[in-house]
Amino acid sequence: MMLWMILKVAVKSLAANKLRSVLAMLGIIIGVGAVISMLALGAGAARSVKERFSAMGTNLLIVRPAQRGSMGVMSGTQQNLTVEDAQALVGVAGVRRIAPVVSGNVQAKYLNKNSRVSVLGTTNTYFPLRDFKVERGEGFTDADTDRMSRVAVIGPVTATNLFGTLDPLDKNIKLNGMNFRVVGVMKAKGDQGWFNPDDQVVMPFTTAMKQVLGQEYLREIDIQAEDGADLDKLQADVFALMRTRHRVQAGAANDIDIRNQADMLEAANSVSQTFTMLLGGIAGISLLVGGIGIMNIMLVTVTERTREIGVRKAIGAKNKDILRQFLLEALLMSGLGGVLGVGLGYGGAKVLPLVSQFEAEVEPFSVLLALGFSAGVGIFFGFYPAYRAARLDPIEALRHE
Amino acid sequence: MIEGTDLVRTYRLGDNIVRALDHVSLRIESGEMIAIRGPSGSGKSTLMNLLGCLEQPDSGTYTIEGEDVSKLSADRLAEIRNKRIGFVFQTFNLLPRMSALENVELPLHYAARHDAKDRAVDALKLVGLGDRMDHEPNQLSGGQRQRVAIARAIVSDPAILLADEPTGALDSRTGEEILGLFRALNERGHTVIIVTHDLSVARHCRREIYIKDGQITQPPEAVMGSPLAEVAAP
Repeated sequence: MMLWMILKVAVKSLAANKLRSVLAMLGIIIGVGAVISMLALGAGAARSVKERFSAMGTNLLIVRPAQRGSMGVMSGTQQNLTVEDAQALVGVAGVRRIAPVVSGNVQAKYLNKNSRVSVLGTTNTYFPLRDFKVERGEGFTDADTDRMSRVAVIGPVTATNLFGTLDPLDKNIKLNGMNFRVVGVMKAKGDQGWFNPDDQVVMPFTTAMKQVLGQEYLREIDIQAEDGADLDKLQADVFALMRTRHRVQAGAANDIDIRNQADMLEAANSVSQTFTMLLGGIAGISLLVGGIGIMNIMLVTVTERTREIGVRKAIGAKNKDILRQFLLEALLMSGLGGVLGVGLGYGGAKVLPLVSQFEAEVEPFSVLLALGFSAGVGIFFGFYPAYRAARLDPIEALRHE
Repeated sequence: MIEGTDLVRTYRLGDNIVRALDHVSLRIESGEMIAIRGPSGSGKSTLMNLLGCLEQPDSGTYTIEGEDVSKLSADRLAEIRNKRIGFVFQTFNLLPRMSALENVELPLHYAARHDAKDRAVDALKLVGLGDRMDHEPNQLSGGQRQRVAIARAIVSDPAILLADEPTGALDSRTGEEILGLFRALNERGHTVIIVTHDLSVARHCRREIYIKDGQITQPPEAVMGSPLAEVAAP
């Protein structure tokens, strides 16, 4: 029998029971919609993670003291990074910039306005290294570092908190009671979730260590590698240098950790991928349930149309003709449901970012995946009812009331 | 010509074995118009199902125009039904939501014929429904529906037209019309077999086979000198 004839019959019989067909399709519609919007959430999350990491700067290695502890229990962080360590790293091959970093929280005050801010002590290499732009004024200089000047570059959020609409440049703010001259305001980067880079005060590390925070050791040393440098080799060189400088015994564990931007990106991505798979999997289950709904309706349809099947067989339909017809009907339902579900998924991916903080991005791949899966569900769950229809005995079927 | 030899068909009903056909032999020539008559439970439905290739005998042979069809596969039987047998049912059994024309085309579609429409139009004209071709079954009267069913049965020009109580669901006047149509088709050369319990229907045929308790016997009316006393000898 010609395909378009079967298709016509299938469309007619679905149209004859519109409400029932739509209800049976609903499971697939919701399932496909859910799969697509969940995968879109995952893709959106992956993109925003990537953006955040590229906002951190590029070719970045972060050297930090190793976590101390035994048997998996962390008992604290040792303080062992010195300014001299940072200076020594400048000479390592493949290093473009070094920035020593100390940090802490202080109370900042301008006139009657107060704000708790994080102070970051570093060198002026920090700005290009971490991809910060000084939007107004300028960064501090090496001379400021040498002279332990009380100058500060502040983030735009800090600026708004302390100065409102006033121009902060060349004004003095009080940090722990000491006057600091604002020499620059940084360009906004946007909240990164775990901390806000726009709400901090950056100053020479000498000033920060000696006058504001009273720290002798660095929190971390940021290294920017040259473009195209072998990061693995650089990492090994840094480890070797630091072992020598810290006199770590041969065989003992490293007393520093190096975090590589690519590794961090990968770790963050694997988290978002796990979530995507989890969400997509749950949505996939609803697609499966939708398939069961279709199977249920197809079984009812076959029972209702037993007599029709008997007539068709009496006038010459073969088993495979009957099988094809009911399989196509199930496929039509799941396929149509899939197409409508894609629309729902697109809608979901548009609406979700509006009502939540998540980003969503529909990928063509996920649409193909969901459509393919829904067609597969239609064939899988449509097969048994169609097989039952095809196997009916023509005499029994003709007698069926 | 169709010929059945020593046909046996038994059913299991619970613990009982019912012998619906008990060594039945019969022979129907091409171009005949014949009635198969018997009371309910006589085995006439089983005989019709065998003749219509809807099921197969437990033993015995059945040939249609010389071809033994008693041991064919289900798919081959479907082909035989499609090309050699036209069914007319008591309750018409037209498919809903399809026009008269589409109903009549259906057997030809299963045969994948490309001239389905033309032939279906011809068949509908032949049964006198040339002006109702686009109507769906629920827009037609009982007699018209049965005419559509007859058109569907003859559309692939089968060797046998097999009608199961074709007037059972019709009023007597319409029934007469339908039987007249069968006679006309018979005169055009179709072999017509009408299965019925009704003597007045059987009287429209030239010959009858009377079946009772799974065996072909003399009809009770023969004793009273019925004009249809001619019984096929086994």
